[in-house]
Amino acid sequence: MAKIDKHICIIGAGTAGIMLANKLANKFEVTVIDPAKDHYYQPGFLFMPFGRYKAEQLRKSTTKLVNKRANLIAEKVANIDFQNKKLATDSGTDISFDVLVVATGTRTDPSMTEGLLGDGWQKNVFDFYNPDGAEKLHDALKDFKQGTLAIQIMDMPIKCPVAPLEFTFLADDYFKKRGIRENITIKYITPLSGAFTKPVASAKFGHMLEERKIELVSDFYTEKVVETENKVVCFDGREVIYDLLVTVPVNVGSDLMRKTDIVNDLGFVEVNHGSLQSAKYPFVFAVGDAADLPTSKAGSVAHFEVDTLAENIPRFLEGKELEESFDGHSNCFVEMGGGKALLLDFNYQTQPYEGTFPFPGVGPMKLLQPSRVNHWGKLAFRFIYWWMLLPGRKIPFINAQMSLKGKKIIES
Amino acid sequence: MQKNIAGTEVEVDAEGYLTDMNQWSGDIANAIAEELHISPLSEKHWAVINWLREQTANGVELNIRKVGASGVVDIKEFYQLFPGGPLKNASKIAGLHKPTSCL
Repeated sequence: MAKIDKHICIIGAGTAGIMLANKLANKFEVTVIDPAKDHYYQPGFLFMPFGRYKAEQLRKSTTKLVNKRANLIAEKVANIDFQNKKLATDSGTDISFDVLVVATGTRTDPSMTEGLLGDGWQKNVFDFYNPDGAEKLHDALKDFKQGTLAIQIMDMPIKCPVAPLEFTFLADDYFKKRGIRENITIKYITPLSGAFTKPVASAKFGHMLEERKIELVSDFYTEKVVETENKVVCFDGREVIYDLLVTVPVNVGSDLMRKTDIVNDLGFVEVNHGSLQSAKYPFVFAVGDAADLPTSKAGSVAHFEVDTLAENIPRFLEGKELEESFDGHSNCFVEMGGGKALLLDFNYQTQPYEGTFPFPGVGPMKLLQPSRVNHWGKLAFRFIYWWMLLPGRKIPFINAQMSLKGKKIIES
Repeated sequence: MQKNIAGTEVEVDAEGYLTDMNQWSGDIANAIAEELHISPLSEKHWAVINWLREQTANGVELNIRKVGASGVVDIKEFYQLFPGGPLKNASKIAGLHKPTSCL
């Protein structure tokens, strides 16, 4: 099939960027720009601290994942010229585009919090959102035999908002298996008012923390970390003392986007929540964690967003009206420890409820309840990711728009 | 659901946040503040409340960081003015929906 003579430039070869490139490469000229040689299966980082995976088991070469009909440029974008619809890479190459897609993701920025990059950083203070941090935390956890483990979220939004909870459940399980759980106090520190934002799930998770004797420290907006005294301090003066701190630093958009005028205060691109089009330039779209959408920053969400963009970009290029079809759909497994996981399914309007998924009344997966099937689903997802999600194949029975069928709706 | 606050019938959600910011009044603010043991409201409280309402009317989703950068209060003062969960409590008093710190 001959390609349509329009150039779509995608910055970023993460989950969203690769999925989108693979969906569009047969119909349009597509260029993907990303300096990273390797692509990581990021949900695996959660398991690295507990020794289940090593970094090399979670990565593949980016070139192998992108459709050969797309151009892949392994360079960094230095500058975007929105007026003239072109960008420059750091080697000085100019690239013109008809449509620009920002898929530059999010990253943790420990420098945003006073004292976080102090004496204790990567000694007894860790961030597991990257392979290096996760690996170093693994060594620290192996040696940890008694004291207080604090898991702390600096601010919202964060990538994979359930990951800190999952880490906490897995840590509880890990210490139990080693027979040292009673020597360790676990505290969960969050700026939110509960374990989670959405009421039904928050109550459920709150209960699960209680059952595991994990202390919930809520409404805690961190002013600073004092690493010489092993404590985190809230703006209202409360302090939590830790021996080992696992922190989720403030999440920000890419440095490149933070220099532009199309982002919010944290560097996430401001887009229409349904169509993913930039509020400022109609030929710019953002997808995945890079967008300022009020839903989870996660691969499963990016996957549903890509379905919307794969429709809207051709519509835009044909001069048609865009569809506001993205509904904030998020679908994620939450590891509970003990070989069980639960599943959340929600969108902009509807919070997670109990029920069955994907077949109403049948399952086999259970929503918002721990089960072994969900845990296997979580582990199997790594293969779905490499072989179905990234290549842009349709996952059977999973729809981009959320469904209420098979769910138990609770008024809250 | 309907609730009578300071002699006025207003529409609120299950946690008592007004669902329509236009049904709000100064009397309602004082009544909610009293319920939350944050009274009497000082001039500084009102400055924050007015700023929050102005931002919300302009479609801005609020968070603690933005309040800290507002020039009206810093985050420490914000906690002092509205102890516990400052954004949560201030939003309730200001007649706004519960802050949607997103997932």
